[in-house]
Amino acid sequence: MTALSLNNLDISYGETPITHGVSLDIAEGESFALVGESGSGKSTILKAIAGLAPEWTGSITAFGKSRSHGIDRHFARLCQMVFQDPYGSLHPRKTIDATLSEPLTIHGIGSQNERVEAVMASVGLDRKFRFRFPHQLSGGQRQRVAIARALMLEPKILLLDEPTSALDVSVQAEILNLLKRLRREQNLTFLMVTHNLPVVSFLCDRLAVMRQGRIVEIADVADLKQGALREAYSRELMEISATHAA
Amino acid sequence: MNTPLLEVDNLRVTFPTPRGDIDVVRSVSFTLGRERLGIVGESGSGKSMTGRSILKLIRAPGTVSADRLAFDGIDLLAQSEKQMRAIRGARISMVMQDPKFSLNPVMTIGEQIAEALLTHQRLPRREVGQRVKAMLESVRIDDPERVAKLYPHEVSGGMGQRVMIAMMLIPEPDLLIADEPTSALDVSVQAQVLDIIDELVKRKGMGLIFISHDLNLVSSYCDRILVMNTGRVVEECEAGELRNATHPYTRGLLAAIPRLDETRDELPVLDRSAWANS
Repeated sequence: MTALSLNNLDISYGETPITHGVSLDIAEGESFALVGESGSGKSTILKAIAGLAPEWTGSITAFGKSRSHGIDRHFARLCQMVFQDPYGSLHPRKTIDATLSEPLTIHGIGSQNERVEAVMASVGLDRKFRFRFPHQLSGGQRQRVAIARALMLEPKILLLDEPTSALDVSVQAEILNLLKRLRREQNLTFLMVTHNLPVVSFLCDRLAVMRQGRIVEIADVADLKQGALREAYSRELMEISATHAA
Repeated sequence: MNTPLLEVDNLRVTFPTPRGDIDVVRSVSFTLGRERLGIVGESGSGKSMTGRSILKLIRAPGTVSADRLAFDGIDLLAQSEKQMRAIRGARISMVMQDPKFSLNPVMTIGEQIAEALLTHQRLPRREVGQRVKAMLESVRIDDPERVAKLYPHEVSGGMGQRVMIAMMLIPEPDLLIADEPTSALDVSVQAQVLDIIDELVKRKGMGLIFISHDLNLVSSYCDRILVMNTGRVVEECEAGELRNATHPYTRGLLAAIPRLDETRDELPVLDRSAWANS
């Protein structure tokens, strides 16, 4: 079944068009990556899906239901986002408990206490962190909280915007392992934005290469591993990645 | 090279806390010639503090002490603030991480670069203009006259970082400290910026201290590498020998990096207890 489908999506910020005719189909349980340099529009696509960039034409469909342009509660239950910067994405004056309970209150879901405890356990956060503030946590712990917050509503799709690029490599490894395990346990569908091709290779099944608001190529990760991407631009990105990992 | 450019012996940076003094850098020693030295480690390993202490940029209540901290024979610890100002920028300069926060937002790029030059020497205005233009060209900015008139918010991150490099190199220092110069940049721009630093360092025969958390990056741009963990140097090796690193911390860091042709189902995670007491 198709989990997330984008059809002919044109997103703009005011007068400025950002993406042009983006179409994607992501199957349920699949992990899909959007790669490209900054300004290619990859993060904007995630924002449009999450409802943070409301000026778009085309269609965004999750499990057969179209997304409206406004605040869409039903869509929020299906699809949640994890942001890049764990230092900026948590409210500094709310405890972890308040951050995690808020989505439950908004959606009128009960048994908050049990749910918060269960989600904290599943992302590997000790109970002692529950009533702490974000500044008392390390970057890796904060990113775990951000992932926990996204999982509170038991969504089927997670949008990941560079979830590990602000972290040290050793912490990145922990978070990548966590994401992989959560996807397996909860049959989640991932749409991840990154510019780190080795991360794609570790976590994803397919990828789309973007440039200047358009999808240049959609390929299997197996092709990426074998260096068999077709388009010249994709190869260029791969080479940069390869020289860095010399 | 008889006297090394920089001698650091038993460097210690200490911050007082309610629970007693904490050493964020503990007995770090190294010497640097006109070569490229990489310092790698995770956040909190003391790598940036090591870089800043060379310029005596540790703010109070932090304190720096060392058995010897000498640059080109000058004992840095004995220098007054005024004497340090003559060294900072002119002889040792530092490229910071993020151009967004390190450039002055209300000065044009041309004015800022000229200021870096005029702080240390008196030059006729015409010559200043020419030097700024030549410097912008050498960091591969195509249209230097136009860019010199722009404000920092009008340029991209990559260009901002090149402007900062231009500003740091225009007084022609002997030692450049680059503290994560590319972590705020895109992968495709990173390589470009590093190539520029590399070329300028080689051409002018400067010393380079390259501070980064990215092991691969450091190993491809440096001659020698120090690996730091909790304020100590745990390993020192030639860049080419990094693959054969022996310390469990270095090996753990290397193993945790995903590869382009990744086949592992799970990435190994550092077991921090292994060297906590080493």
